[in-house]
Amino acid sequence: MARLGRPLVLLLAGIYFLVPLLASTVFTVNIPGQGVTLSSYTRIFTAPGFTGSLLLSLGLAAATVALVLLITVPAAVAARLSAPRLRPVLEVVCTLPLVVPPVALTAGLGTVLRWGPEKLSTTPLYQTFVAVQNPDFPLVLVLAYAVMALPFVYRALDAGLRSVDVRTLVEAARDCGASWPRALVSAVLPNLRGTLLNASFLTLALVLGEFTVASLLGFRPFAVWMVQASGSDARLSVAVSLLSLLLTWVLLLALTTVGNRRRTPRSSRTFEVPAASQGKTSR
Amino acid sequence: MTPHSSAAPSGAVRAHDARPAPAGAAHEATPPAGTAGSPMIDGTTGRPAKTAPARRARRLPLPGGLFAALPLFLVIGLAFGLPALAMTDGAFTLADGSYGLDNLSRSVDGAYRTALLGSIELSALTAAGGTLFGLLLAQAVVSSRGRALREAVLTASGVLANFGGVPLAFAFVATLGNAGVLTTSLGLGDHGWSLYSFWGLALTYLYFLVPLMVLTVAPALDGLRVQWREAARDCGASARQYWRHVGLPVLLPSLLGGFVLLFGSAFAAYATAAAMVGSSVPLVTLQIADALSGNVLVGQENVALALSLDMVVVAALVMAVHLPLQRRSTRWLA
Repeated sequence: MARLGRPLVLLLAGIYFLVPLLASTVFTVNIPGQGVTLSSYTRIFTAPGFTGSLLLSLGLAAATVALVLLITVPAAVAARLSAPRLRPVLEVVCTLPLVVPPVALTAGLGTVLRWGPEKLSTTPLYQTFVAVQNPDFPLVLVLAYAVMALPFVYRALDAGLRSVDVRTLVEAARDCGASWPRALVSAVLPNLRGTLLNASFLTLALVLGEFTVASLLGFRPFAVWMVQASGSDARLSVAVSLLSLLLTWVLLLALTTVGNRRRTPRSSRTFEVPAASQGKTSR
Repeated sequence: MTPHSSAAPSGAVRAHDARPAPAGAAHEATPPAGTAGSPMIDGTTGRPAKTAPARRARRLPLPGGLFAALPLFLVIGLAFGLPALAMTDGAFTLADGSYGLDNLSRSVDGAYRTALLGSIELSALTAAGGTLFGLLLAQAVVSSRGRALREAVLTASGVLANFGGVPLAFAFVATLGNAGVLTTSLGLGDHGWSLYSFWGLALTYLYFLVPLMVLTVAPALDGLRVQWREAARDCGASARQYWRHVGLPVLLPSLLGGFVLLFGSAFAAYATAAAMVGSSVPLVTLQIADALSGNVLVGQENVALALSLDMVVVAALVMAVHLPLQRRSTRWLA
């Protein structure tokens, strides 16, 4: 690259990426007629619907993290240990959700959910359909988010398992008389702590920002609330956006620090970006 | 299956994946060799295998290896397989209940055709722009000596690549929207600027696409060895010749893979567009959402499903190109 090129590229990139953040900050604190005030930020916590939707999103996130780890960890470990032929199958199955964009998945889910009232209203299954759509805690969203998170979680897990000698760990634990579940829980999982954290963070970020599925199915978690609130109070919603970005940043930095501390010196060069990868989380 | 193909890196975590040192690769090759080899030895000779890894493999089978994967398959079947089937079924079901191709042909006609083409155009354009700027930025960062700059840009990329959806839309509305800070202070509105347009959306999409490309291509740029450049120079090659014959060919799989990844991301994006432009820009995701939320006549639902199927076809093509390229791009960089 030419000698002039690099500073120019960096300058342009700096402008492009920093200006929206700065301008948004100005937008929230500088209110025409009132001067500089922080009221956009102090209003957040008393805004109607804020607490409810945030709690719903956090609950959904916790449930999704639990579900997705619970289903992928045993499968990935088993593929590694005793069923090598399972591995290509898992790889394909866990890539499939990438082929169906969230909007398309929602279209399919909506169709399935309509079967409840249309075709199954006389069967006991109908109650299940009602239950998974409970607006206080829509389980159908947990299922959808688990599917959407699966590709990222599985890949993170697969990469993590590759760097750990699972076989030796399990063998050692078994030789010491540990049962299978115990060998997994106390020998394998602690060695995968970084990977599990990474996967959980990916899922958390996905669920907290998810708008498409929730809004189209008519639920009201955090991102949907933000859009609804923006209609009446634009500054408030921009303030919330900035805070959510800040939170992502802090979480990611924390995770990188944890990850780096746990790694060998070599990895200080190979910077690991936990959340980044495919990046198509929540838009 | 050779041990190596089973060990082929497949990670989405590219920044981590593409640079495992040889030590990691060597370590990796051993266990699959044991597991893949031992059943064959046992099966063909009928004798107990002699090598240590083979013995281990026989002793270890987890009770019900497939059983452990059952919950995963159950959830996938329920929350993914079933909707996918319902979507396909609905896309081919006509108003009178019979099967046919009417929905699909309507989904590529009229307003829907405009939306599909609009989505493809926007995605192709932003993916091309993202690839170019991402490559330039990554090269500027990778070739700089300051480690702090490098770490800062890569961390920021990790965050910004995920800064999609609703918050991104609001940040741009606050900056360049009708009442945005830049719009009002620079009087952009008088010059015909509107964020709620094709170009406004493109500018917004680049905000997450460029960082995504930086993350995709930075490991590949790291993998360009100094020795190659030195060798080329010693043989009398100019910088231009080096890039033309060594640099770009090695980078090409990463660049192409990154391009289709960006295309796929932009193509599937819905939240940003929905929160920002409403439906003033024709995009296929917005059309599907409109049809789903009952903003149109009854019976259009199946057209929405047909449109979804169109999207799946495009996304499948994207993945069919991206995944092999991603594997290939690790060949020179391992």
